[in-house]
Amino acid sequence: MTQTPDLDVREGVDRETVETVQNMGSYKYGWDTEIEMDYAPKGLNEDIVRLISQKNEEPEWMTEWRLEAFRRWQTMSEPKWAMLNYPVIDYQDQYYYARPKSMEIKPKSLDEVDPKLLATYEKLGIPLKEQMILAGVEGADAAPAEGRKVAVDAVFDSVSVGTTFKDELAKAGVIFCSISEAIREHPELVKKYLGSVVPQSDNFFATLNSAVFSDGSFVYVPPGVRCPMELSTYFRINAENTGQFERTLIIADKGSYVSYLEGCTAPQRDTNQLHAAVVEIVVLEDAEVKYSTVQNWFPGDENGKGGIYNFVTKRADCREARAKVMWTQVETGSAITWKYPSCILRGDESQGEFYSIAIANNWQQADTGTKMVHLGKNTRSRIVSKGISAGQAQNTYRGLVSMHPRATNSRNYTQCDSLLIGDKCGAHTVPYIEVKNTSSRVEHEATTSKVDDDQLFYCRSRGMDEEEAVALVVNGFCRDVLQALPMEFAMEAQSLVAISLEGSVG
Amino acid sequence: MLKINNLHVKLEEEDKQILKGLSLEVPAGQVHAIMGPNGSGKSTLSYVLSGRDGYEITEGEATLDGESLLDMEPEERAAAGLFLAFQYPVEIPGVGNMTFLRTAVNAQRKARGEEELSSAEFLKQIREKARNLDIDAEMLKRPVNVGFSGGEKKRNEILQMAMLAPRMCIMDETDSGLDVDAMRLVADGVNALRGPDRSFLVITHYQRLLNHIQPDVVHIMSNGRIVKSGGPDLALQIEDEGYGDLLAEAG
Repeated sequence: MTQTPDLDVREGVDRETVETVQNMGSYKYGWDTEIEMDYAPKGLNEDIVRLISQKNEEPEWMTEWRLEAFRRWQTMSEPKWAMLNYPVIDYQDQYYYARPKSMEIKPKSLDEVDPKLLATYEKLGIPLKEQMILAGVEGADAAPAEGRKVAVDAVFDSVSVGTTFKDELAKAGVIFCSISEAIREHPELVKKYLGSVVPQSDNFFATLNSAVFSDGSFVYVPPGVRCPMELSTYFRINAENTGQFERTLIIADKGSYVSYLEGCTAPQRDTNQLHAAVVEIVVLEDAEVKYSTVQNWFPGDENGKGGIYNFVTKRADCREARAKVMWTQVETGSAITWKYPSCILRGDESQGEFYSIAIANNWQQADTGTKMVHLGKNTRSRIVSKGISAGQAQNTYRGLVSMHPRATNSRNYTQCDSLLIGDKCGAHTVPYIEVKNTSSRVEHEATTSKVDDDQLFYCRSRGMDEEEAVALVVNGFCRDVLQALPMEFAMEAQSLVAISLEGSVG
Repeated sequence: MLKINNLHVKLEEEDKQILKGLSLEVPAGQVHAIMGPNGSGKSTLSYVLSGRDGYEITEGEATLDGESLLDMEPEERAAAGLFLAFQYPVEIPGVGNMTFLRTAVNAQRKARGEEELSSAEFLKQIREKARNLDIDAEMLKRPVNVGFSGGEKKRNEILQMAMLAPRMCIMDETDSGLDVDAMRLVADGVNALRGPDRSFLVITHYQRLLNHIQPDVVHIMSNGRIVKSGGPDLALQIEDEGYGDLLAEAG
């Protein structure tokens, strides 16, 4: 997604928007789309919570669930323990619901779809066929797909605008839809699992999300099914002063397998935008889930103006024996990142892995890491974290490895490497380790290094310019993690690393 | 090809003059050797020519085919055809040797307005050149110079030289840390690259490399200047007598 595709501009598409895209600066997704939106009024109260629930045509139990969370949230305060500095957030000065007007009535054909919505996804590099479906055109599923299939759920501001390949997935028994649809169509699954990994009361941001989440993705893979294609959700914040609160729920039933990708972008705006998402993953006996994220929300400009505040709670529960989960994240965007994808290793012999690349440039601040909570016997976890800091950025790895008394013979290996570019940035490592039995083993290795002038000179003396040299050295540093990503994502992540570090040297 | 005229260079950080009026000319197709005792400024000369930070040029100039080198960025010098084989090749963890070379080759091609080399063509070329230097496929995949032996690092430098096909090659003590067999491989690699359009500046402490790479001219460097130049015999004389008499004679 590093190149702007040549756009076949359709009737009615705003020329100016297209040209803006083609002249983008270093943040390639910083353009916005002028689309007529329906907003809920600014601010947050019980009426807004009810309105969101009503817009999604939710049953009464769901509305109550949200209200319960909202009441709880009012008694909570923002966590302050992270190494992050940002101005006080006025939660009443945000919109909590925004939806493209054209989505009110589902368009039946391409002609009826708002061309700007179409163009948005085309510009983001999502293949045309998928994009047709993303824009909500019925029947596009029937057209033959080209290349490898990746089913996409696209979330534009507060609503899911479409999910691709639903029919084909349904044949395999896989349910992949927006969470609002799941609440309506599969209430028994949602009731059973929603909030079972991240409870409503979990933390300030998760509780806020529980009250106001507007959409997100839902996946259920039935017992013994290997999901026939990769699933992905594409999040786009477009509207100004609008928070995005998506909620993702993935259930991998016994012996199943699914690989899930998540991508995020947002327009370049000089005000900060709030994003507080929750991802819950339930992994049952012998099942395996891979969850990969490339997070590229707008990071703010080189002076630290604007950017997304990203407060995310992601947790996987390996609920039964031999369940396995692997988190891979490439965090290059956001002004503020507060994110700790975690694994609850409840089942005996369950396994959790966390691979992370976190890049902070200019004035970005990232406080990210993982929690590996070993509850079952013979559980295994592995953490590989690569933090890169440049400009004036601060990058913190914060991780917990906890071996409970019953988690005998368990093991953890943690490798935590930091790379500094320049002399004004910071890298911090905060590992918490708790071991409450005598047979488990925890290993922690950490390094901090600087991008070495000798390495850069060596590359340049062979003909690479300074930015190419930095990108090459940094990609080498991240290699262990890049290799854990699905192929296409790895390519995208590599070029993203280069883009994120533009202007970090010289 | 390479012309250096009255070059004066000091360290940027401290008031220490390293090169004090060095002049040198290497015509196309020739191999020149620079010999000299420790601290005479040989490595500084190679770094200054290739554009490393940390030096200040106070006087003089250096040109490659009439183009002033000293104003160019290191990558521009590389694209113009200058190559430095490092005395201590640098390790780049996580970056495959092949990836590194392909990035370098294509960066230079791009800078010269040429099309990038296709993967197939690149592979064909590198396999052939690696074979001549006794570099196996495994070594091409390993991260750049990481865990390489001294001999492997130097052979890798020559592989890069062969792939980048520079016109002006500077070799900074390429013989240091090499056993006899490795030295022969390196020398064979260099000799295979010799041609009417390519020149070499071979910096060395010892005469033994020059047994394998026959120079056209030998320069003796001391205290930041060339104090004597001559034919291959001059290197033999140094080997026998040391620098003492010669430097005393040069004053």
